[in-house]
Amino acid sequence: MTLREIKEILEAEVLVGEEFLDREIWYACGSDLLSDVLAFAKEHALLLTGLTNSQVIRTAEMIDLLGIVFVRGKRPEHSTIELAALKGIPLLTTRLPMYESCGRLYLKGLKGCSEFGSNA
Amino acid sequence: MPEEHPLIEMEREIAGGDFQRAGDVSSELKNILQRAGFPPAFNRRVVIASYEAEMNVVIHAYRGVFRARVYSDRVHVEIDDQGPGIPDLELAFQEGYSTAPPHIREMGFGAGYGLSNMKKCSDVLVIDTRVQEGTKVVMDFFLSPSNS
Repeated sequence: MTLREIKEILEAEVLVGEEFLDREIWYACGSDLLSDVLAFAKEHALLLTGLTNSQVIRTAEMIDLLGIVFVRGKRPEHSTIELAALKGIPLLTTRLPMYESCGRLYLKGLKGCSEFGSNA
Repeated sequence: MPEEHPLIEMEREIAGGDFQRAGDVSSELKNILQRAGFPPAFNRRVVIASYEAEMNVVIHAYRGVFRARVYSDRVHVEIDDQGPGIPDLELAFQEGYSTAPPHIREMGFGAGYGLSNMKKCSDVLVIDTRVQEGTKVVMDFFLSPSNS
């Protein structure tokens, strides 16, 4: 599924990285614990989170996440958006809460990171 | 056998409490490893463990020094900090145990998984800590035949 499709499904707004919307996402993970994200996120993954500080962008950078969706209408500070732009990480924000965001994507067939290796 | 010379060496200061720059050092190491042509899965292990260790210095210590030595088949990382030290190392390794204050937890860190992530990602992890002096973390990562 592409980031563009994810944007539609979540009725999300792109904060930065419009040029990356054709990226193909294989897995998603929803978490507000960055050590969990570091431990469990796989390649070609998207992160859904309620955290908006710069360490979320750093975490994404370290493990090559392909994008971040902020849930429940959260918006990071300008400096965080700038850092994401610098690192080439697209940021989206959706008004949907975490559970509903994950649920919508899962129903559309986007797998979780623990399903890594099964047919994506 | 003579000591093998590293291909690349890096040494950087880490400032305690500087959350704006936290991650810079691990990010730089990641770029070095990518340019050196190591497999992505190997780089990922090194970078996750280094980033957790770097965050520990930023969260808990006053200052630290990060040293990495990159060899053809392994990476050696040392993080030496001046800080409070770890009074009970066994307890610190327990998943979910953390002494991080609430403002750190609000950032998504300090949930008590840093040390266990470092242990899982490294092949050798040695921690030498002295209360009210500091902590030295030494990690080795070996490029395995399966390239990860």
